[in-house]
Amino acid sequence: MNENPLTRLSPAQRILTHAVLLLLAIPFLLPLAWMISTSLKGDAQIFPREGSSVSPVSLANLIPSPVQFENYPAALKTVPFAVYLQNTLLLCLLNVIGAVGSSAVVAYGFARIRFKGREVLFVLLLATMALPGQVTMIPTFALYTKLGWYGSFLPLIVPAFFGAPFFIFLMRQFFMTLPEELAEAARIEGASEWDIFWRIILPLSKPVLATCALFQFLGTWNDFFTPLLYLNDPSRYTLAYGLQQFMSSYGGKYAQLMAAATMFTAPIIILFFLAQKTFIQGIATTGTKG
Amino acid sequence: MQSNRTGYAFISPWLLGFLIFTVFPFVASIYLSFCRYDIISPPAWVGTANYEELLAKDPRLWKALWNTLYYASVAVPLGIVAAFALALLLNLDVKGMSVYRTIFFLPNIVPAVATSIVFVWILNPQIGLVNGLLRHIGVEGPAWLNDTKWAMRSLIMMSLWGVGGSVIIYLAGLKDIPASLYEAAVVDGAGTWDRVRHVTIPMMTPVIFFNLIMGIIGAFQYFTQAFIMTAGGPEDSTLFYALYLFYRAWRYLDMGYASAMAWVLFVVVTTVTAVVFRTHRKWVHYGG
Repeated sequence: MNENPLTRLSPAQRILTHAVLLLLAIPFLLPLAWMISTSLKGDAQIFPREGSSVSPVSLANLIPSPVQFENYPAALKTVPFAVYLQNTLLLCLLNVIGAVGSSAVVAYGFARIRFKGREVLFVLLLATMALPGQVTMIPTFALYTKLGWYGSFLPLIVPAFFGAPFFIFLMRQFFMTLPEELAEAARIEGASEWDIFWRIILPLSKPVLATCALFQFLGTWNDFFTPLLYLNDPSRYTLAYGLQQFMSSYGGKYAQLMAAATMFTAPIIILFFLAQKTFIQGIATTGTKG
Repeated sequence: MQSNRTGYAFISPWLLGFLIFTVFPFVASIYLSFCRYDIISPPAWVGTANYEELLAKDPRLWKALWNTLYYASVAVPLGIVAAFALALLLNLDVKGMSVYRTIFFLPNIVPAVATSIVFVWILNPQIGLVNGLLRHIGVEGPAWLNDTKWAMRSLIMMSLWGVGGSVIIYLAGLKDIPASLYEAAVVDGAGTWDRVRHVTIPMMTPVIFFNLIMGIIGAFQYFTQAFIMTAGGPEDSTLFYALYLFYRAWRYLDMGYASAMAWVLFVVVTTVTAVVFRTHRKWVHYGG
């Protein structure tokens, strides 16, 4: 806790703070609670009774009764969830390896080696982060189509191996804080730059590598746009895209739809609780050092 | 360590990617914006026809641009105020704060596709949660996403649900404010509100500025939620620029026209960002 006078509170103020926070917490939690609750309900609890045009929604209705776990296996039967999951995990794995690996190599070059044009190129790299994707999207699509990659996973994998500007930026900042003496000593003993990068810098950089790996995993897991552009065969759909397809085909099956949405969201929430520190630190650095 | 060859070897993955995935498409899209192009047949030069249509003959484009600017000018400031206020609350010294922080942050990590689907469900006019609760207090809620007036407001409200990410950034910023500044303010007889106004807010302006810029850029890329929840409707009331561009390029295969749209977007985003940067000296404070 930081010790600034803004945070010192009287008992009455403490109670008021709790009351306000609890009240505000309701709208933040309710949509997720409603998603899970709907996923466990039978149609009788979701749709209006005969003769009524509206369903009896109330907070008492938040508790499913009876609890119907059948919506989950039913959703898995309606859409090939296992195939989508497999595709998504494969893409996540390859994107994490590609983006983190290539960005680390590039970041080392920008952080630790002096070369002609380094500053100009780094400014260009930063500028590409602000470039709206729409400007490059169409020619890139045309390029992939010419290469015959449309419909395959390649457009969703290959770009990751060319470094991600944001990760390069984060890693460069981190590498620059590491003491130069370690590298100097290794150089005197005849180590190459690659050895220094691989044996000395990388092992010291686990926190920043973890942050980038996490961001990339989330980015690929959540990505809706790239699969929408490039995938046309349902056997290659990802979870994000498959879920949207599920909704547009079976939008009225709310219980199953929410079961599918819950299955899609749950791994991310679990991941958050497992890697809370990496999450929070990663986001905090983005805003304050960025 | 000075070595041109080693340096370029290390940055070569990015440099190559930059040439293939940024420089080439950047230049190619200028050319395409002067062509008729449907991907299947080669691009055909049409001069400034795309730009002429865009400026004079396409009311939907102006609608989309207006919607996007409207969303940016309402959702972005609202998000900043909400996130900042929440961060101030979450920075208070009461028990269980980490639980509250988790609660407010959680919606931020829910994938956009899942968020969109859940909100379509809770905003359902007949059997959704929101109107159900409103009925209990005797209010018949609007048709939300099916109502030309309320659809955009629904998306703006939904954006507030995800402010948790910015809250974390503000919280980190609040922690960086040196306690000595507050102590000095107390010595000068400043009350709580004075301290917020004259210490906290000025010290936080760089973070607010960062969030403002990211928010503006984000608004121009706003796509997934609108695509899934409203498809731009009803009556184009949530037709965002990025969504319309997608429709022109991939539904109508007007890739040349969409390239021209992308360039207009580029100019608009750059101008808006530059204008905001201009004001930046007047209100953003750096250092103590």
